[in-house]
Amino acid sequence: MSDVSRALQEPWPDLAVQREGVHFGIWVFLASEILFFSGLFLTYAVYRSFNPQAFAEAGRHAEIFYGTLNTGLLLTSSMTMAVALRASGARSRRITLTALALTVLLGLGFLFCKGLEYHDDLSKHLFPGPHFAIASPPAQLFWSLYWIMTGIHAIHMSGGIAAVVTVWVLFWRRTIPVQNSTMEGVAAYWHFVDSVWLVLYPLLYLVGRS
Amino acid sequence: MTDITLPFAPVQETGQASYLDEGHTLLSWLTTHDHKRIAILYAISITLAFFIASVAIALVRLELLEPNGLFLSSDAYNRLFTLHGIVMVWFFLVPSIPATMGNFLLPMMIGAHDVAFPRLNLLSWYLYVIGAIFTIYVIISGGVDTGWTFYPPFSTGFANGHVVTAAAGVFVVGFSSIATGVNFITTTHMLRAPGMTWFRLPLFVWSMYAVSLVMVLATPVLTMSLLLIIAERAFGLPIFDAAQGGDPLLFQHLFWFYSHPAVYIMILPAMGVVSEIFACFARRQVFGYAFMVYAMLSIAVIGFMVWGHHMFVAGQSELADLVFSFLTFIVAVPSAIKVFNWTATLYRGQISFEAPMLYALGFLGLFTIGGLTGLYLASIPIDIQAHDTYFVVAHFHFIMVGASVSAFMAGIHFWWPKVTGRLYHEFWAQFAAITMFLGFNMTFFPQFIMGWEGMPRRYHYYPAVFQIWHVLSTAGASVLAVAYIMPLIYLTWSLRSGERAGDNPWQATGLEWQTTSPPPKRNFERQPVVTEPPYMYHETGHPRSPDDSRPVKPQGNAS
Repeated sequence: MSDVSRALQEPWPDLAVQREGVHFGIWVFLASEILFFSGLFLTYAVYRSFNPQAFAEAGRHAEIFYGTLNTGLLLTSSMTMAVALRASGARSRRITLTALALTVLLGLGFLFCKGLEYHDDLSKHLFPGPHFAIASPPAQLFWSLYWIMTGIHAIHMSGGIAAVVTVWVLFWRRTIPVQNSTMEGVAAYWHFVDSVWLVLYPLLYLVGRS
Repeated sequence: MTDITLPFAPVQETGQASYLDEGHTLLSWLTTHDHKRIAILYAISITLAFFIASVAIALVRLELLEPNGLFLSSDAYNRLFTLHGIVMVWFFLVPSIPATMGNFLLPMMIGAHDVAFPRLNLLSWYLYVIGAIFTIYVIISGGVDTGWTFYPPFSTGFANGHVVTAAAGVFVVGFSSIATGVNFITTTHMLRAPGMTWFRLPLFVWSMYAVSLVMVLATPVLTMSLLLIIAERAFGLPIFDAAQGGDPLLFQHLFWFYSHPAVYIMILPAMGVVSEIFACFARRQVFGYAFMVYAMLSIAVIGFMVWGHHMFVAGQSELADLVFSFLTFIVAVPSAIKVFNWTATLYRGQISFEAPMLYALGFLGLFTIGGLTGLYLASIPIDIQAHDTYFVVAHFHFIMVGASVSAFMAGIHFWWPKVTGRLYHEFWAQFAAITMFLGFNMTFFPQFIMGWEGMPRRYHYYPAVFQIWHVLSTAGASVLAVAYIMPLIYLTWSLRSGERAGDNPWQATGLEWQTTSPPPKRNFERQPVVTEPPYMYHETGHPRSPDDSRPVKPQGNAS
């Protein structure tokens, strides 16, 4: 157990309390994150209720292929992350490291697809401005929100990937032993960023296609 | 590495070195995880911010001596009052009490030896510094003229200052308050000492808990609204552009969803501080402890539902106006409960008038005036008349400067012996407290009168009929400046030459007073166990009699 005690940090009395504390803290932070994104969702709701036609038309220009592929990638990454958390709870080093590595790869795959999609969007003049592709002005609102929402989500993804890589390196180098009090926060954050995408996907890709 | 010797007192009484002796290098301060040292880093930073913002407004007040201006261009005038607002709100008032006294005292008051996430705590200070660097860049490169509110379409299309940089600075500093909030909530939940039940928490801890809730839930919305402004101005995404179907009013909703609760971020900690001080200097239990707790929590919750009262004249629906007006009246109820309870705490107390108590009494009066004039503005007909006048300016300065800064000073004096191990000079402190009260009233009372008579806020030129009030206000501001500079001098002096304080110079009951002054790195030599409710200055049901010389019952056995 002296090995495990290296994972214990100030000011926690023991690992169980530390795990509970990290869990609690990350949920308070996620509450803050939800309010952060809700500012965007409110803006989207208000503008879409003002301009339902224009939003439907603008939404049909979004690349549903990439959007759907990315949804699949993220859902799979949530699964591998859940496996990693369970495995770390069982102190299974090999499975934890493999599952975390898969999670990072799926996350990078998401960002890669997102990049390809951005490239297509730009070549189709879907960035608001003087040469914008769609005539109706409120379509520019939709596409402004598209860029901001997906951009902020991608920044969150990058942060998540960086956090997972950090934990992976700490486990790999045996700086701290594999256990779930460290994993708890990273996993909750990863699932949160995934679930934000599950809201963005219908708002941006499915609107106007029903 | 440079060796900087800090002018603080060493501790001899115990075997343990104080937190100040844990390292004397600059690096040891910049890499510390100790909540007490981070509190001091914050205290130095926000003091600098306070004086930057004060210089800006001093120039504005001088300029307003003459109806047609004295020495500033209108553009410079706009930039100065904007700078004053941005720096005072986000770099002084929001972090003021939570990041300094909250950081220092919250873990000690609940018997913990640090906050839940010490590295996050240090990160929050660095985020503050990064935000401050953005703001300093804005100042050096010529400023910004949008007012602290960043309203579009002016900020997104027409303002010619550094809007993006200024908004980015506020954006970053927002994360610093979120980090503080997350830390405080988790600390209060997870790290209370054995026996420290929720209803034995000192009211200051409750105020930190309530303010953390507001920080965590309101700040991200501000962050998002600023991000949208940046997206529109820097990348041309027409979010609030009416020509593309955007709605500038939506920004105001998002902005005030944060910025009204932000007012409670500024006042709730002040309420916590004075609750401690009234109990200690009246030698009384706080009257209606449970009501005080519920009042703070309901202020925090209802504070989220009143933002529309900033938009009565902005074209809201009449129904929204009525609802927001009603809720604004409602939020006055818990505030009034607190004022009555403080007054009842003083009743039959053995009051002594040391400097912290003078500041706290000043808080009580100024908060009451600021709160009651808030009720004027909550009623729609009066607000339509007084909107955007100096009446509003005077109202919120009574709360934010009168009440919050008084409480900040009260707390600084009250806990100074604990933080530094030294006593400040009592006479000068009392003199400064009274000067501040007089200077404050002289500055801001004339603003009520001229606002009521129709002087609009933020105007550079004004009709000569208002000049007398502006002259009075500027004169008061110079008295206020003296009152702010005095503590800097005598407190700095006391660091070297003040009398040794002893562990509990005020004979107060809280856990923080039962360890050494200054406290050791881990706050307590052994884990305290809490055995009493807070504020046991006398037996329940019997006020303390004047000749009662028994020592007060401490809240726990930390010593």
